[in-house]
Amino acid sequence: MNGPDTGGEDMREARVGEGTGRRRRGRGGRRGEKAMVPEAEFTSYYGKPILNPPVWKAFDVAGYFFLGGLAGAGSVLAAGAGLTGRPRVARALKISSLAALGGSTAALIHDLGRPERFVNMLRVMKPTSPMSMGSWLLAAYGPAVGAAAVLDVTGWWPRLGRAATAGAAALGPAVATYTAVLAADTAVPAWHEAHRELPFVFAGSATAAASGMALVAGPVGETGPMRTAAVLGTALELAASKALERRLGIVAEAYATGRAGRLLRAAEILSVAGAAGAVFGGRRRAVAALGGAALLAGSACTRFGVFHAGTQSARDPKYTVIPQRERLRAAAG
Amino acid sequence: MGSLVGRNLLADAEPGTAPRMGFFTDTSVCIGCKACEVACKEWNAVPEDGLEFTGMSYDNTQGLGADTWRHVAFIEQDKPMGQADSDMRWLMASDVCKHCTRAGCLDVCPTGSLFRTEFGTVVVQEDICNGCGYCIPACPYGVIDQRKGDGRAWKCTMCYDRIGVGMEPACAKACPTDSIQYGPLDELRERAAMRVDQLHELGVDEARLYGHDPDDGVGGDGAFFLLLDEPEVYGLPPDPVVTTRDLPSMWRHAGMAAATLLGGLAAVFAVHGRAGGGR
Repeated sequence: MNGPDTGGEDMREARVGEGTGRRRRGRGGRRGEKAMVPEAEFTSYYGKPILNPPVWKAFDVAGYFFLGGLAGAGSVLAAGAGLTGRPRVARALKISSLAALGGSTAALIHDLGRPERFVNMLRVMKPTSPMSMGSWLLAAYGPAVGAAAVLDVTGWWPRLGRAATAGAAALGPAVATYTAVLAADTAVPAWHEAHRELPFVFAGSATAAASGMALVAGPVGETGPMRTAAVLGTALELAASKALERRLGIVAEAYATGRAGRLLRAAEILSVAGAAGAVFGGRRRAVAALGGAALLAGSACTRFGVFHAGTQSARDPKYTVIPQRERLRAAAG
Repeated sequence: MGSLVGRNLLADAEPGTAPRMGFFTDTSVCIGCKACEVACKEWNAVPEDGLEFTGMSYDNTQGLGADTWRHVAFIEQDKPMGQADSDMRWLMASDVCKHCTRAGCLDVCPTGSLFRTEFGTVVVQEDICNGCGYCIPACPYGVIDQRKGDGRAWKCTMCYDRIGVGMEPACAKACPTDSIQYGPLDELRERAAMRVDQLHELGVDEARLYGHDPDDGVGGDGAFFLLLDEPEVYGLPPDPVVTTRDLPSMWRHAGMAAATLLGGLAAVFAVHGRAGGGR
C-alpha cells in the first residue's frame, strides 16, 4: 500500500504498534523537499493507511474539476462579452463551455463503476451529498450552456439565446466552485481541512482557464477584459493556495511533496507566465495564444495537483492520526 | 411530507421502531482465530481478495475493504498484559464497519443506495449503487471500498438478512470467545462499561472503550470496541469526525467563492466598458 507517491515519508519514522521491531525508516532527504514541520512521531498499524484512498481516476475526476471550471467561468465571460459588444469572443467561449461540459460529463460517467447506471444520480435530491447537488446543477446548466452555444452559432431565436446565455452565466460560478465542496466533503485530510480555501482556489483557477481559452480562441481586439480577468484569476488562485498552505499545518505537506508538489509548482509557474503574457503581449496574436495556453495548462495542473494532494494524504496515516491527536490534546486542555 | 423527505434522505437514525442493534467487540478476549472473517465471507458470499504474505504478524488480511468485512488485527508488543507473568503481549482485534450514528458514507451517497435500516445499521443497496465511489473517501474509518471487476461499493451489512429474522450476524455467531457480541446497543453499552470496570480492577489499566460515546464526532458507533491500547495502534482513527459536520461551512465558502467569481468578472467588464470604447 505504500505507493511510490506516498508524500513526505522521508521525514518520518512510524512507530508500528510498540515494540514490534518493525520500523519504517526514512530514506534520507530527497532532492529539494524540505520538511515544513518538525519530525512528528505517531503510531500506526504497520504503516497502513487508516482511510481507504479515493478510487477516483485522476484523469476523470481532476479532469472534470478542470473542465467544469473552464465551462462555468467561460459562461460568465461569454455573457459579459456578449453584453459589452464582443460577439466573436462570446461565441468562442459559448462553444468552449459546451465542449468542456460535454467532456466533463463524459469523464464523470466514465469514472463510475457502473456507467450504465449514471441516471441513478438523479434518483434523489440530497443536500448532504455534493455529488447529488452537482448532478442536479449540471442537469440545469447543461441545457442552458447547450442552447446558448447552438442558438448563437445558428442565429435562431436570439431572445431565447440571450436567456440561455444569462442562465448559463448565473449557474456557471456554482459549476466552477461546487467541485471544491465535492472534494472537501470527504475524510481525506488534504481536501477536508482545506474546505475554506479550496472553493477560492477553484474559482481563481476556473477564471484563469476560461480567460486563457478566450485568449486562445478569441480575436485580440475583443479580449481586453479577459486579459484583466486572467490576472485576477491567477492572483485569487495563488492567494488562496498560500492561505491554504499556511493554515493546514502538517497536512499542507501533502500539497508540497510528491506528484502534487510538482504539479502545483508547475501550475504556479504556468499561471504566472500566462497572466504576464496576457498583460504584456496580449494584443499580439501569437503571444495571446501562448499565454492563453499557459493559463489553461496552469489551471489543469492546479486541479491535478489538488487531486493528488488528496490521494497522497489519504495514503499516509500520519495525515489522519497527527491532526486528530492534536485536536484531542487541544480539547483536553 | 417534510418529515418524510428528511427521514429518507438524511443520515439520522430512523425514529424508533425496533431498538438500535449493534456490535460490541471486546478485544481483550479475542484469540485471533479469524472465525469471524471466515463466517462473514461464507455467509455473505464475499469473494476472495488476494492471498498475500505480508509479514505483519498473523495478519495477511490487512484491512477492511469491499471484500473484507471483518478484519482481525495482530499486534505484538514488548509490554506485560495485566498481571500476567510475561513481558510480551499480543493484541488481537476484529474490526468491522462502525455503522455510525452520523454516517459520512450515507450522507454523501448521491443515489440513495446507502440507507439506514430499521435496526439503525447502514446498508448499501447493490441494485442501486452506480459505483460513483464517493462513500469511499467519505468514511473516516476506511471501511467501505469498491469491488474490483464489479464497480460497486460493498461493506458489512451487519447481516441484514439474518438480523431481520431474529438471528445474530454470522461473525458474532461464529466467535468462540464472545469477543464479538451482538444485541441492542443500549444493553451492549451497559455491558461494555461493566467489562471495563472489571478489567481495571484486574489491573488492566489500559482497557478503554472506543466508539461508545454518543457525543463523539460521528455521534457514536453502532459497532464499538474495548481496546487495550490507543486506537491508532489497531489502525483506527483516534478522533474521527463525520465530514458532513462541516458541510454548511463548505457550502457557505463555495457560495462566497462563486459570488467573488461573478462579481469580480462583472467588475472587470464594467471597467473595460463596451468594445472599441477605450481599452
